[in-house]
Amino acid sequence: MSDIFPKWTNKLPAYLLAAGAMMGTAVVAGVWYYFTPKYTRVGYQPIQPVSFSHHIHVEQLGMDCRYCHTGVEKSSHSNIPASTLCMNCHNQVLKEDPRLALVRESAATGKPIPWVWIHKTPDFVFFNHAVHVNRGISCVHCHGQINLMDEVQHAKPLSMAFCLDCHRNPEAFIRPPDQVFNLNWQPESQTKQLADGARLVREWRVEKLENCSACHR
Amino acid sequence: MRYFLAAFVLLCLAVVSIAGFRGSLSRRPPLELFSDMDRQPKLRPQSANEFFADRFSSRPHPANTVPRAEPLLVGAQPVYPFEDHPVNTGMVAGTPPGATNFVELNPLPLTAELLARGQHIFSIHCLPCHGAAGDGKGVTTKYGMTVIGNLHDPRIVRQPDGEIFHVITHGRNLMQGYAAAIEPRDRWAVIAYVRALQLSHLASADEVPADQQAALRK
Ligand code: HEC
Ligand code: HEC
Ligand code: HEC
Ligand code: HEC
Ligand code: HEC
Ligand code: HEC
Repeated sequence: MSDIFPKWTNKLPAYLLAAGAMMGTAVVAGVWYYFTPKYTRVGYQPIQPVSFSHHIHVEQLGMDCRYCHTGVEKSSHSNIPASTLCMNCHNQVLKEDPRLALVRESAATGKPIPWVWIHKTPDFVFFNHAVHVNRGISCVHCHGQINLMDEVQHAKPLSMAFCLDCHRNPEAFIRPPDQVFNLNWQPESQTKQLADGARLVREWRVEKLENCSACHR
Repeated sequence: MRYFLAAFVLLCLAVVSIAGFRGSLSRRPPLELFSDMDRQPKLRPQSANEFFADRFSSRPHPANTVPRAEPLLVGAQPVYPFEDHPVNTGMVAGTPPGATNFVELNPLPLTAELLARGQHIFSIHCLPCHGAAGDGKGVTTKYGMTVIGNLHDPRIVRQPDGEIFHVITHGRNLMQGYAAAIEPRDRWAVIAYVRALQLSHLASADEVPADQQAALRK
């Protein structure tokens, strides 16, 4: 028999086992690391047709999100503002600037600016902005520090696990209603956040929504 | 085994260098493998939809229809958005189109709650231009907006409430209208707050409550 199988083949099963284990670990690690919205979505930053900067308008000019996203407190959809709204200021500020040519054209003709939609849940998920914003959940939890971004990027995974992390214990996130639009606000300490959050959860009777029909209908 | 190890390490490096790390910036949209349920042919606000010829999913009102809406309570009287009522138009009821028969006074009862709401709306929608004090020195004056109305101008102080309503709704000269952004009730709330601002500007020190005058004079 020793003529047919050379000596090194004795170690072959061990090698195969080791190699298989390594490949298996690598594949599992790869899937764990890459096959998640934390990888596929976070960091998505499309090139927008107009180089609109939230940093300039929100941080530098001190504008409130609701000046532009007027529907966020009232409706499920947080609207992107019409270009006529931009012209409130830009009919005087940067009046001739080429970067705003598309805005001027759109305001004059009514043809919408083709903004690229960044945060987009699948169509079988029914998300609602008003519910969250009116319950003391700030934009920063789901969109990151938009006020510091020159170009908006997808900062949070917005996966089902992400939603449920908060729906299971909202008291860790709920903040006083007057600080919802202040994205720089930080709780004084974690214990104070939990105490205040728990009080607001009690006062507003916030439910811990984990049933599937809350988000899938 | 040595060859395998080398190949294995190379493969891992190749995957990491091609795929990158979590959170790295990308210009390409996220991949959706089985997108048939993710992207259904349903209407989503503000996105293109092939069902309509102009592809707008947010539809304008068809002609000769009235939107369903909650009535606005003026005192105890319910007023619907389509009614010819001062609270909707800022004009005395029955004013023909084009005429400027402004109502003198805010049709909504003045309450502390209305004023607080007005301050809230003012700080969102008016403050960037007119400034916190309403004197026309908002932050945008630093960036090239030169003509901004000073709300303490005697001409504007003397304007009837209905005229300011008209300015907020339809704009005037260089200021554009805010009808889409601010609902009628909130417009009247802002007007109440603007009146309070003007009053505070015109007040004299003697009108301050006696126990606080000392602090003021310091
Ligand atoms: C001057 C008007 C303006 C203000 C103020 C403003 N935004 Fe925006 N926002 C826009 C415009 C225009 C876009 C679309 C272009 C883009 O994505 O950069 C946008 C896009 C966004 C998006 C991405 C939407 C998507 O495609 O998924 C988010 C999130 C957002 N804004 C959050 C905020 C938050 C939070 C604030 C307040 C801190 C704020 N915005 C204030 C005008 C504004
Ligand atoms: C409250 C007034 C105001 C509104 C409303 C407003 N802007 Fe601006 N915008 C400004 C000011 C002020 C600047 C800074 C000008 C400067 O730096 O000289 C600016 C700058 C810009 C710039 C140049 C950015 C850069 O990199 O320098 C762009 C592009 C722009 N705005 C787009 C928009 C768009 C699109 C909208 C509507 C969604 C909008 N703006 C609404 C006041 C406004
Ligand atoms: C609980 C999480 C959450 C909070 C809080 C939140 N958003 Fe969003 N936002 C989302 C999700 C999820 C989407 C994608 C919605 C969709 O697919 O229609 C989104 C989408 C948007 C969009 C794109 C238009 C749209 O509705 O799809 C804008 C603009 C926006 N958000 C602005 C804001 C602003 C401004 C705030 C704070 C006042 C805010 N969001 C707070 C989760 C959140
Ligand atoms: C940071 C915390 C937080 C995150 C993240 C969050 N939610 Fe919520 N959500 C809440 C709170 C608080 C409520 C209000 C519950 C109440 O009023 O009883 C709520 C309510 C809702 C409701 C309303 C259910 C109803 O009809 O009463 C829906 C739908 C919902 N969330 C969907 C989502 C989805 C989808 C996501 C992920 C994209 C998400 N939420 C992420 C905190 C959060
Ligand atoms: C807080 C809101 C919320 C609740 C509650 C919720 N989901 Fe989801 N679900 C989501 C969101 C958001 C997504 C989309 C995730 C994504 O695209 O990454 C999702 C996706 C899914 C998917 C598709 C997964 C995929 O990879 O395409 C299934 C299946 C699902 N949910 C089942 C359930 C079931 C079963 C329940 C009840 C036990 C439930 N969900 C409760 C928010 C929710
Ligand atoms: C984008 C900047 C901007 C914003 C925001 C703005 N205004 Fe103005 N406003 C102006 C300018 C510019 C004028 C001067 C118009 C002119 O005379 O050409 C003006 C003038 C006025 C006038 C005087 C009109 C007249 O008869 O001359 C009133 C009243 C007024 N604004 C009220 C408001 C109120 C109330 C708000 C908040 C809802 C508001 N404005 C928000 C820019 C703005």
